[in-house]
Amino acid sequence: MKIAVTSTGKDLDSPMDPRFGRAAYILIVDSDTLDVEVLDNAENVNAFKGAGIQAATMISDRKAEVLLTGYCGPNAFKALDAARVKVGGDVSGTVREAVAAFTDGKVKLVSGPNAQGHG
Amino acid sequence: MIISIASGKGGTGKTTVATNLAVSVDGPVQLLDCDVEEPNAHLFLRPSIQETKTVTTPIPEIDLEKCNQCKKCMEICRFRAIAVIGDTVLTFPELCHSCGGCMAVCPEGAIIETGRELGVLETGTVNGVSFVHGRLRVGEAMSPPLIRAVRDRTRAGGLTLIDAPPGTSCPVIAAMKDTDFVLLVTEPTPFGLHDLKLAVEAVKILKIPMGLVINRADMGDDRVRTYARSERIPILMEIPFDRQIAESYSRGEMFTLALPEWKARFRGLLEDIKTLVGKGAGTK
Repeated sequence: MKIAVTSTGKDLDSPMDPRFGRAAYILIVDSDTLDVEVLDNAENVNAFKGAGIQAATMISDRKAEVLLTGYCGPNAFKALDAARVKVGGDVSGTVREAVAAFTDGKVKLVSGPNAQGHG
Repeated sequence: MIISIASGKGGTGKTTVATNLAVSVDGPVQLLDCDVEEPNAHLFLRPSIQETKTVTTPIPEIDLEKCNQCKKCMEICRFRAIAVIGDTVLTFPELCHSCGGCMAVCPEGAIIETGRELGVLETGTVNGVSFVHGRLRVGEAMSPPLIRAVRDRTRAGGLTLIDAPPGTSCPVIAAMKDTDFVLLVTEPTPFGLHDLKLAVEAVKILKIPMGLVINRADMGDDRVRTYARSERIPILMEIPFDRQIAESYSRGEMFTLALPEWKARFRGLLEDIKTLVGKGAGTK
């Protein structure tokens, strides 16, 4: 299964980025092989508007089934929900720890946005 | 002639100047309150409202039967108001700026125009002053289209006064753009000066002649006057920090009612503005 994790760096031992739309990187991790595809999110970091929507589109295009992040706002959640990407919110630690926690069933999936929009 | 009354800083006296000017001048005058996020000129003018009209802005709706997920609409949208995700298309109406780009590029004709309510436009009259304002819908973030709807009611040929919102962002530009003169109202305080400078820079870009009213002129310091001199912006009126003026305001009255001698000064202000507009002053 492909898991998208918001990250401050490009490898599994990077600390997570708590932000979704404006995360520095989004890593697409294969939960079986731990293969990593790095998505550079620089364009979204400085996006004028709709960073969360764009990031949701991006991970949906990469066929991720789950997103592990810190905070997810209403527009991003709406887009992820439409893409049928499950969202694990309030996740922290390194990317590797987050993926392990998810495969161990320790990550609680959120049923709605857990952050305010940015207007 | 269209005069916009702006300030940079909020609470400097834009509405005080706009309403008192409106009731002081001879001949037909129109006042457009373009501070649609918190209009207040009506509290002083107290017009009887004759017309209330809902104003909407066009937004897209996707016909999923016709859509083939080509993503052209998503790619053209600078505001990310459309997302093509898997086999579905999401729209985010509150992000849409109504540019129409998505409809123009859709090869399948799958985008239908619907509307989002921006607010209401109200018109009325009081003592020969023709009044128009907008009230932005609570929760709506985008005010410029409603401001433009208010400005569309401008009557050609007469005198139109525009009470602009504070600040220097899009709503203010929408209220000042293509007016004949910008009357900036400030106060002689550090905040007043700071925000005045921002406003002056915006007016310069718009290339509109401008002049200054200093409100509560006998408090603070001289830095606003020094700045105005260095920028060659004429100071057209100074209103003192006066108890009677403050009391009038707190009662929701125009101070020219309590101090009728000011009516002549406001008429003089208008004459000065006419002269400056004739000379094209302040545009550099």
